Amino acid sequence: MSPVLEIRGLSVPLPGSGDRAHAVEGLSLTVGPGEIVCVVGESGSGKSVTAHAVMGLLPPVLKPSGGEIRLLGEDVLAASPSRLRALRGGRMAMVFQEPMTALNPVLTVGAQLAEVLEAHAEGPSGRARHERVLALMRDVHLPDPVRMVRAYPHQLSGGQRQRVMIAMALANDPALIIADEPTTALDVTTQAQILKLMRELQARRDAGILFITHDFGVVAEIADRVAVMRRGRLVEEGTAEAVLSRPQDPYTRMLIDAVPSATPPAPRPRPAAKPPVLEVESLAKTYGGGVASGLGGLFGRPGRVVHALDRVSVSLRPGETLGVVGESGSGKSTLARCIARFVDPSAGAIRLDGADIAGLRGRALHPYRRRVQVIFQDPYRSLNPRRRVGPSIVEGPRNYGTPAAVAWERARSLMDLVGLDPSALERYPHEFSGGQRQRIAIARALAMEPDLLIADEAVSALDVSVQAQVLDLLESVRERLNLAILFITHDLRVAARLCDRLIVMLNGRVVEEGETAAVFADPQHAYTRALFAAAPGAHRREAAE
Amino acid sequence: MSAQAQAAPAPARRARGLPPALTHPGVLFGLAVLAVVLAAALAAPWLGTLDPIQLRPRLRLRPPSDAAWFGTDAFGRDVYSRVVYGARVSLMIGFCVAAVAVALGLVIGLVAGYVRWLDAVVMRVMDGVMAIPSILLAIALVTLSGAGIGTVIVAITIPEIPRVARLVRGVVLTVREEPYVEAAIGAGTRLPLLLIRHVLPNTIAPLIVQGTYVCASAILTEAILSFLGAGIPTEVPSWGNIMAEGRQAFQLAPWVILFPGLCVAATVLAVNILGDGLRDSLDPRLARRLGSLR
Repeated sequence: MSPVLEIRGLSVPLPGSGDRAHAVEGLSLTVGPGEIVCVVGESGSGKSVTAHAVMGLLPPVLKPSGGEIRLLGEDVLAASPSRLRALRGGRMAMVFQEPMTALNPVLTVGAQLAEVLEAHAEGPSGRARHERVLALMRDVHLPDPVRMVRAYPHQLSGGQRQRVMIAMALANDPALIIADEPTTALDVTTQAQILKLMRELQARRDAGILFITHDFGVVAEIADRVAVMRRGRLVEEGTAEAVLSRPQDPYTRMLIDAVPSATPPAPRPRPAAKPPVLEVESLAKTYGGGVASGLGGLFGRPGRVVHALDRVSVSLRPGETLGVVGESGSGKSTLARCIARFVDPSAGAIRLDGADIAGLRGRALHPYRRRVQVIFQDPYRSLNPRRRVGPSIVEGPRNYGTPAAVAWERARSLMDLVGLDPSALERYPHEFSGGQRQRIAIARALAMEPDLLIADEAVSALDVSVQAQVLDLLESVRERLNLAILFITHDLRVAARLCDRLIVMLNGRVVEEGETAAVFADPQHAYTRALFAAAPGAHRREAAE
Repeated sequence: MSAQAQAAPAPARRARGLPPALTHPGVLFGLAVLAVVLAAALAAPWLGTLDPIQLRPRLRLRPPSDAAWFGTDAFGRDVYSRVVYGARVSLMIGFCVAAVAVALGLVIGLVAGYVRWLDAVVMRVMDGVMAIPSILLAIALVTLSGAGIGTVIVAITIPEIPRVARLVRGVVLTVREEPYVEAAIGAGTRLPLLLIRHVLPNTIAPLIVQGTYVCASAILTEAILSFLGAGIPTEVPSWGNIMAEGRQAFQLAPWVILFPGLCVAATVLAVNILGDGLRDSLDPRLARRLGSLR
C-alpha cells in the first residue's frame, strides 16, 4: 500500500548563529494508512519542526532547504498557499498540545466544529452539518453531545477539550493526523483515555497518525512504528516492538533507560527515628465563601466554597523523602504553598520542629522562612530574568545576615555541588538550559541551609534524560545534607524513584498513605489503582511479563 | 548595605556590545531628531537668532526672507528666533511631564499592584483623576494661580499619572505571580527590597515606552493650551503660543503658524517613533520569541 505521508531528505536550516545549522537535517520518514508512527525526541530534537513542516505551518524564518514531503503523493512543500489551506483540515489535520489555548474561548464547541466542516466546500451544510457535528462528538465519546455543542471551551475539562480537538481533526476524514504531544498537558488518567481513543479511532478509520511525543511510556502504549530524533537527525527507526525491546542506538537506549521504572527500588536504610522536622495536622484551605474584604468586595457576593485542602495530616523526618502524588486540582500544590507559607491556611497546624507557623504572618514568620525552601516547576519562570545568578543565590543568606564574602563563597561551592561551573554566577538565567536552571534553583534553595526542601513538580518540565540527572542530584543532596524533602509530583514513576513514603491526594484529601514499596505492591484505594493502571507503558510491561 | 555587599565580591560586569535597543532604526531616528531639536534649543543664542520678544512694528507680517528666515509675526517679532527659543519650552514641558508622571505613576502603581488592601482605594482615586480633562484642569489652575510654565506642567502631569499607574499596576499584577517573586519571599526578602529588586526591573521596559508617549502628548497639550490662551504667557515664546498669535493673521501670513506647527509635528513624530522602536526592542515577549529561535 502506498504511504499516506512520505518525507524524503527533509532539511530545515536554522537562521542566525544557533548551536547547530539545521533544525531538521536529512530526515526521511513514512506513515502508512492506519499506522501510528511515533516521533520521539527531547526538546530541540526537531520533532515539532517536522510536524509543522508537514502542515505547512512553519514560521517564516524557517524555510525547508531541501527534500520533499509527499501527502498521498502530492508535494506539500511545492503547494500554493490556497492548495495548502485545502489540504489542511481536508487531507491532513493537527491536534495540538495545549487544549486550553487551541480552542477559541468565545465560540461554542459546536460552532468551532461546524466551522471546520464549513471551511471545506465539499462539506455538508445546514441540518446535515449539525448532525455531522453531533456524530463527531459521539465518535470521540463526549458526554451528552446535544447539550455540549452549546458549551464554551472553559466549561469543559482538559480531557474533554482534547476530545473536541480530536473531533475537529477528524471532521473531514483526513488521511493523516498529526498529533503534537496531544497528551502532555493532561493528567495521567485522562492521558490514558485519550490514548485509548486515538487507538480506537485509528483502527476504525484507517487514517495514518504521526504522533509526536517525548515519553517512551506513551510510545509503548500507542506506537506501531517509532522514529527517534536527536538534534534534527533520525537516529533510529523501526517497529515499536524492535525499538523498545532491542534499541540499537545508544541514544535510544539512554532515553528508554531514563524513563523511571514503575517498580520502586528496595527501601533504603533510614537513620534511626528522629523527631519529625515537619508535622502538618488537619490542614485545611478553603477558597470562596465569605464576602471579599476591602473596597474590592463592595459588590462581591458570597460564592461557592472550594476545599482545596481538607484536613490533611503529614509528617516528615530529617533525611526522609515524602512523595505527594495527585492529578491537577488534587490540592498537592496548595499543600506545598501552605507549608511554604505563600498562602495562609484556613485551619490546622504546621509545626516546624514543634513550633506552629500556620498562624504566623509577616515579621513573625521571617525566622522560619529560611528553614523551608521551594524548588518550583518551571525553571524558566523561577529565576528573575533581570538578575544574575549569583545575586539570586546570595540574596537569601544576605537577608539573614550572612556576611557577603561568606555567602558568595558558599554560592561558589554550591555551584560545584549542583554540577555547574562557578562562572555561572556571573551569567543571566537565559544563558542556561532548563536542566541547568533547575540546578541553579536547587543551589538557591540549598544556600539557605534549609531543614525542609519542597520540590513542587520540580522535574516535570524537564526532558527525561535531564529529569534523571536532576533526580540524581536531589538524591545525593538528600544523602549529604540529611534533608527532609517533600516531593510533589503527578508522576508515580518519578515518585517511586526518589520517595521513601507516598501519600496520594484526590480532591484535597489524602486517600492513601504508606511506604512507597507497599503502596506500589498493594494499592488500597481505587483511585491509586486507577493511577497505576493509567501510567503510560503499563500495558506493554504487563504484556512483557 | 546590600549594594555594597554585592559590589565587593561580585565580579566585574562583562563587556557587551550595544544594547539591542540602540540598533533599532526607529530608536536611532527618534533619538537623532530629538538630539537636533535639543541642540538647537540649547544653542539658541548662537544660531543667528534675534531677541525673540523684541517688537518691531515697522516689520510686521513680513514673509520669509534672508533677513527673517521664517518671516515675522503681527508685532514684527522674528518667527525663526521665536521658534528656536520656543523649542526650549516645548522640550522642557515634554521631559518634565514625562519624568514626573512616570515617577509618581510608578510609585503609585507599584504600591497598588503589590499591596492588596490599598489597591481598590488607590485605583478608584486614580480613576477619578483620570476623568479630569487636562485642558479644563489647566484653565482652572491658570485662573487660580496665574499663567506660567510651572502651572502648565502641573496641569498636564496630573491627568497623565493614572495612565502610568494603571500600566505599572498591570505589570506588577503579572510579575507578582511569577515563581521568582515567591522564591524571593521564601528567601526572606522584605517588601521594599522585593519591589525594588524583583518587581521594578521587570516593569522598566513598558514604562520607558509609556514615558515617550506621555512626553509626546504633553508637547501637544502645551501647544493646545497656549493656543487656547490658557498656557504659557506670550512673553515666553512656546510653539503653542506662537501659533496662537498667528491665528488672527493666518490668511495673510501663514508662515507664523506653519513653522512652529512643523516643529511640533516633527518632534512629536520623532518621540512617537522612538517609543515604538523602544517597545519593539524592549518587549520581553518579543525578545523571548527571538531568543527561542536560537
